[in-house]
Amino acid sequence: MKKGRILTGLLAAASVFALAFTTPQPTKAASNPSSVSAIKKRGTIKVAVFGDLPPYGWVNKDGKRTGYDIALAKQIGKDLNTKVKFVQVNADSRVDALKSNKVDIVLANFTVTPERKQVVAFAKPYMKVSVGVVSPKKKVITKVSQLNGKNLIVTKGTTAESYFTQKQPKVQLQKYDSKTQQFNALKNGRAVALADDNSYLYAWVKNHPNYKVGIKHLGPNQYIAPGIKKGNTSLLNWTNKEINKLNKNGFFKTDYNQNLKPYFGSDVSAKDIIITK
Amino acid sequence: MAHSGINILFEGRNLTRLLGGLWISAKIAFIAIVLGILLGIILGMLRTLKNPLLRVILRLYLEFFRIVPTVVLLFLFYYILPQNFHINLNAEVVATLVFTLWVAAEMSDIVRSGLISVPRHQVDAGKAIGLTTPQLYRYVLLPQSIQLMIPATINLTTRVIKTTSLLLLISVMDVINVGQQIIEANNQHYQNGAFWIYGFIFILYFILCYPLSVWARYIERKEKLRNNG
Repeated sequence: MKKGRILTGLLAAASVFALAFTTPQPTKAASNPSSVSAIKKRGTIKVAVFGDLPPYGWVNKDGKRTGYDIALAKQIGKDLNTKVKFVQVNADSRVDALKSNKVDIVLANFTVTPERKQVVAFAKPYMKVSVGVVSPKKKVITKVSQLNGKNLIVTKGTTAESYFTQKQPKVQLQKYDSKTQQFNALKNGRAVALADDNSYLYAWVKNHPNYKVGIKHLGPNQYIAPGIKKGNTSLLNWTNKEINKLNKNGFFKTDYNQNLKPYFGSDVSAKDIIITK
Repeated sequence: MAHSGINILFEGRNLTRLLGGLWISAKIAFIAIVLGILLGIILGMLRTLKNPLLRVILRLYLEFFRIVPTVVLLFLFYYILPQNFHINLNAEVVATLVFTLWVAAEMSDIVRSGLISVPRHQVDAGKAIGLTTPQLYRYVLLPQSIQLMIPATINLTTRVIKTTSLLLLISVMDVINVGQQIIEANNQHYQNGAFWIYGFIFILYFILCYPLSVWARYIERKEKLRNNG
């Protein structure tokens, strides 16, 4: 009896693994459900967006989706002459949503990285971010060399932390667990400055006028671009053309002024964020 | 700035949105529980039969749904299976399906253990008066074991309701998902918005689950009285 039970257990485990590791079959090009013609035929484009990241993709108190990414999604819908269906995703489900055809395109603050490029096709970027450094206006830090041998606040796991650990070993890092903690530490004067994604800092100095983002860009720029399923050249080409067109007619500038500017301090201008070329 | 954070609940349509999210969670849980229990009773009865092949298959089914975490099941059904088999179901359907299969699996074990705890002589007596197998289940086994199954079933029900909080991972706009939208949308004005929103969600879940656990306790006490008194 006992042997039988062990056997059943083993069989159960085996079936679990068999199911979990079923090899994916390659999708047929002919049946691409996210090609431009398929989207137009359907009459709706499915867009993956964030629901909790103001001012990029969020939901206002009336329950309406709004933000910089959302405005772009609506414009794309308009130019394709289709309705837009928003699918709210989390950061870690953006790739899977594309792969499983839950969405046609991802417009969710999707940063282009070499790892992601292996599994997702990125269209032309529409926004740039990089590491910035904020410090009190009275003793503003404008060059990295001013930080040598001094304490700098970062949050664990951010790009700012990895940038300073790898590239600026002379700077002493004070590491915190959350945004709230790191900003409190800066206010209490525990270090001379704080480094984080510049877009967060712009938003923070807006409410804290005694501080200034003295260094706006550090290290390599990172780009935010629409993500499209690998192999979907039809939609990729269309999106690239669309971004070019929107760049020319100043759409992103308007989008910046409407959605981002109210959140950022006055020392930021559109050219720090949007890409115009 | 003397406003209390509780106002976050009453701004705009926030309250309606939260209740709307709760409705979706409750709807999925309710449909899954009803369908799952019905399916589970049938599977549980089949598991008490002597057919070895059937027993192995049902046992595998149970173990699969019991061992694999619900999050993994949701991901598997929502993201992974469509990639392989080209079936695209919407998130709420996937959620209901996964929860139904999960409830059915757990329920089949509850039913099975309830049925086999009925004393053997009851079955023999039933057979002696010429009852067929379906009649045996209908008049002898089920009536005597149902009391034993109810507390475990209610416990399962509350677990299902609580687990709906995982649904935000597959893009279902449940109460937690809506709550997070509201918290993040307001973190400039309401620094401690998270406290009020999650506090409110806690109360909502409590309202759904507490009556069930009171009911389970009541039935258990009644059972004890009947057995001892």
